Amino acid sequence: MNRYEVLKSIVPIIDGHLVVCNIGLPSQELHMLHDQPSTFYMLGTMGLASSIGLGLALAQPKPVIAIDGDGSVLTNLATLSTIANNPAANFVLLIIDNGSYGSTGDQPTYAGRKTSLAAVARACGCENVIECQAVDTAAALKDALGSGRMSVIVSKCQSGNVAVPVIEIPPVVIRDRFMKEVAAGAGA
Amino acid sequence: MAGPLSQKVVDDLTANRIGFVTSVPCKQLAGVIEALDTRPEILHVPCNKEDEGMGLCAGAYMGGKRPAIVMQNTALGVTINTLATLIQFYQIPLPMLISYRGEVGEKVACQVEMALHTKALLNQLLIPTYHFSKAEQIEELDAILKHTEMCKKPTAILMDARFWKGET
Repeated sequence: MNRYEVLKSIVPIIDGHLVVCNIGLPSQELHMLHDQPSTFYMLGTMGLASSIGLGLALAQPKPVIAIDGDGSVLTNLATLSTIANNPAANFVLLIIDNGSYGSTGDQPTYAGRKTSLAAVARACGCENVIECQAVDTAAALKDALGSGRMSVIVSKCQSGNVAVPVIEIPPVVIRDRFMKEVAAGAGA
Repeated sequence: MAGPLSQKVVDDLTANRIGFVTSVPCKQLAGVIEALDTRPEILHVPCNKEDEGMGLCAGAYMGGKRPAIVMQNTALGVTINTLATLIQFYQIPLPMLISYRGEVGEKVACQVEMALHTKALLNQLLIPTYHFSKAEQIEELDAILKHTEMCKKPTAILMDARFWKGET
């Protein structure tokens, strides 16, 4: 399974929940698969999906799923220590780890070589870290949402992308409709 | 011990219903950071790097808490992409309370190097910028925070060594 297939498998789980989705192809693929107002698409700013997700989870009580990638987590690696030291029981960080920079041409990342993001997360102090194979991602995500504990899931999948259109929704519209969902009870 | 200027900074934050603050420490801001931790109305989440902190602020804002970041001007360079593509692009109000190192009163020569670029970078980014060099300028902070919320932009409040003289 590649990232697109992992995203497709979790659509029924994330439906109606607050989702912060990583820049580039992950957001474009998710937008094509299942556009919903409770998904915040990042149109720029590589590396900050986990930080935006944590800030959102700390500020309000509804569950928050941040969908990140291995390359993006590597560019903001200290985020794992911030997450560990400010645990939000309503926060799930899903790292789709395909070992490559998918949006830029599948160049390999260090997470696909010697670096284990699950081990880094544990070393940073994250207490509920699950590494799973791509096919088990939806079940792991469902369990994490039901656990009532801050969780980090590292889903190991194959690299590769599908052809998707860019997101045409203006950023302030993405933000506005997302904030209305936060206020209205998405993910409740 | 947080002095009266530091307390006033945090008083103005709470009066403007700012409920989420992230910070990277600076010696000049030690009193502000200490005061933040004494206020139950403010969730203070220290970050490791200022662009990470702006991500936290963006999330907190969308979660219903008005944010602010406490940082040093030397970090401005690492935040430029985040300011442009997250804070400005999505129109998120973000007061940046910035220790303005390298201005008159500075003791460390290297700090002057980034001070030379600070206002030029902020100007290039079209970020409303306010420079406090006298203690009485603290009286402007409340209006600046209101202006930030009104226009939904990042704003920079630069506070130099002369402003903090007597406090640190």
